Amino acid sequence: MKRSAAGIVAAVMLAAAGFADAGDPRAGRVPMPAVRIEADGACVAPTGEMRRDHMKMLLHQRDRTVREGLREPRFSLKHCIECHASRKTGSVLGQDGFCSSCHTYASVSIDCFECHTPLRQTRIAGATR
Amino acid sequence: MSPDRREFLSWGAAVAAAAVLGPGIRLIELAQARSPREAASVLQRWGLLIDITKCADCDACVTACHEENGVTGHGRPATDAQWIRKVNLSDKRTGVAQTLPLMCQHCEHPPCVDVCPTGASFKRDDGIVLVDRHTCIGCRYCVLACPYGARSFIHEAVSGQKADVPRGKGTVESCTLCVHRVDRGETPACVEACARDGGKAMVFGDLNDAAGELHRRLKTEPSAQIRADLALDTGVRYQGL
Repeated sequence: MKRSAAGIVAAVMLAAAGFADAGDPRAGRVPMPAVRIEADGACVAPTGEMRRDHMKMLLHQRDRTVREGLREPRFSLKHCIECHASRKTGSVLGQDGFCSSCHTYASVSIDCFECHTPLRQTRIAGATR
Repeated sequence: MSPDRREFLSWGAAVAAAAVLGPGIRLIELAQARSPREAASVLQRWGLLIDITKCADCDACVTACHEENGVTGHGRPATDAQWIRKVNLSDKRTGVAQTLPLMCQHCEHPPCVDVCPTGASFKRDDGIVLVDRHTCIGCRYCVLACPYGARSFIHEAVSGQKADVPRGKGTVESCTLCVHRVDRGETPACVEACARDGGKAMVFGDLNDAAGELHRRLKTEPSAQIRADLALDTGVRYQGL
C-alpha cells in the first residue's frame, strides 16, 4: 500500500515536471538566449565547433595580429562582427546581440568590447544602421 | 550575353581604366603592401624623417592622427591621451623659434620595452613599438621610462573606438605609426595630412630600403635624432634641429 502511494506521488511529480517542460523548454529561472544567426552556414567552422572553441580561435588570432602583424580575416574579431552584428542595431551587444545574449545566459563576462568596437563597419542595405 | 562576350567586355573596361589613370598612378601599389598572411619582417624597419624647416605653424598632423585613431579627449589636457604633439622651441638669447611634431620615436632599443613587467610593451619585427593592451596592466612604468613623453594612460572609459584601433580604460597607449595603415601598404595619417594640408615636412619609409626616399635622404643629407646621447637609435629622425 505504502509502495503504491509513493509510486503515485512520483508519477504525479513527473507528470507535473513534464507539463512544465512542455510549456517552456527550459522552465528555468533564466530565459534561453535568442541567438539569431544572420548569415547562416557561412561561418568559418561548423556551429558546434564555434560554440566550443570560438574563444580559443580569437585568442590565437589576437596574438598573431598584435605581435606578428598577421591580419588574416578568417578568425579576426572584426570579421566576426561584420557577419554577426544585428541587422537592426549594427551591434553584437545589446539585449538580443549575438555576443551578449549568450554570454549573459552563460554568465560569462567578456571584456573584448571595453576596447574593441561592437559595431559593424559596413552598412547593409535595408538595415536601420 | 555569352560568358565569352562578358569576359571580353570586362577586360576592355579594365584596359580603358588603366589608360585613363595614366603613367605613374597605380590602382594597387606594386610590392608595397604585405599579404595579410605574411608576418612583419625584420628585413624592414619603418621610420620617419621630419624636416622641421618645412614644418608649418599648423597642427594638421595632430588633428589627422587623432581623427584616424579615434583619440578623443574630455577637455582635460593633464590626463587626456596624446599620441602626437607640436613642440615649440625658442632660443633664449635670440628668440629664434622652431616648431616640430613629437611622437613615439620607435626606438631600436626602446626603454618602454625594457621596463614593462608583463611584456605588453614590445617592438614588432619591423621596428614599430606597440602596446599589447591584452596584457597591459596599466602600471605606467613605460610612461616614466620614455624620454620623449610619448605614452598616455587612459584614465576614463572609452567609447566610439575605430574598428582598427581598439582603445580602453586602464591601459597605456601611444603612436602606433598607424600600424593598421602600414600593414595595408599605406603611409601614416600624419604624413598624409602633412603632405596635403601642411608643409610637406614628413617622409615615411623603410630605413633599410636603399632604393627608398627615406634611406636616400638619410644617406645624403644631415639629420639628427632627439636625445641621440641615449643611443636608442630612433626610427624617427629630424632635419633642421
